[in-house]
Amino acid sequence: MVNRETEPIYWTLFSAGGVVAALFLPVHLFLFGLAAPLGLIRTPAYSSMLQLLHSPITRLYLFVLCSLPLFHFAHRFRYTLYDGLQIKHLNEVVFACCYGLAIAGTMAAGYLLLKL
Amino acid sequence: MSSPRQASAPTASKTSVHSSPAPIYTEFHPRWYRPPISTYWWLGKWAYVKFILRELSSVAVAWTVALTLYQISALVRGPAAYSRFADRMSSPVMIAVNVVAFAFLLLHSITWFNLAPKAMVVRVGGRRVPGLLISGPQFLAWIAASAIIIAIVVMWR
Repeated sequence: MVNRETEPIYWTLFSAGGVVAALFLPVHLFLFGLAAPLGLIRTPAYSSMLQLLHSPITRLYLFVLCSLPLFHFAHRFRYTLYDGLQIKHLNEVVFACCYGLAIAGTMAAGYLLLKL
Repeated sequence: MSSPRQASAPTASKTSVHSSPAPIYTEFHPRWYRPPISTYWWLGKWAYVKFILRELSSVAVAWTVALTLYQISALVRGPAAYSRFADRMSSPVMIAVNVVAFAFLLLHSITWFNLAPKAMVVRVGGRRVPGLLISGPQFLAWIAASAIIIAIVVMWR
């Protein structure tokens, strides 16, 4: 699965996902996970959110926002377990779980955004 | 007991009588000395703890993507599901988790932008471009992107 030929692909996905996560994820968590629930902003109305979601630009943006950071997570978390917690004997299992999650999330995002 | 050494040594010495001495084969590969490393090796030094915290920020990244997917699926399912989503986000446990996750996301963003000048050494006219000139625009882009998204979400009617 991981060798000299494939490692650059995983690393590129990690890197691209890291950029997307660094630029866009904090504001999403702030708006919908903190600001709206704590009453700093009004919870965006269903109709206006749905209208936003109908724009193809929003859908493309959300697809990238959900997909690439998951591949960033898969790579980084795999090495956290490997180097940080010294879990080396389960390398294949960890690999399958991390990238399985990233692929499942990408497919879920694609399905939801196309279904609309 | 017949070992590979006994089997191969005579032929090897016959074929190379006057050249190099026959290689000496040992039955087992010698074991390298690799001292066992504790699972908690990173707890001793603040720099190592910071490294592990930075790597663990990826969990907050996955968590935020999961919440976003939940939000999209609630919007797809309809107004009732969307208001249930809003209720769940207001629970104290959820807010506490999101405060921690938000701190980790900030750690990720700050360390990520600060990493670029270290990974990429740009030289102009033989002199190294200072790191702030490389990471600075990224911080500005981060602020601009966040401001645009806040403006869209708050003002969209």
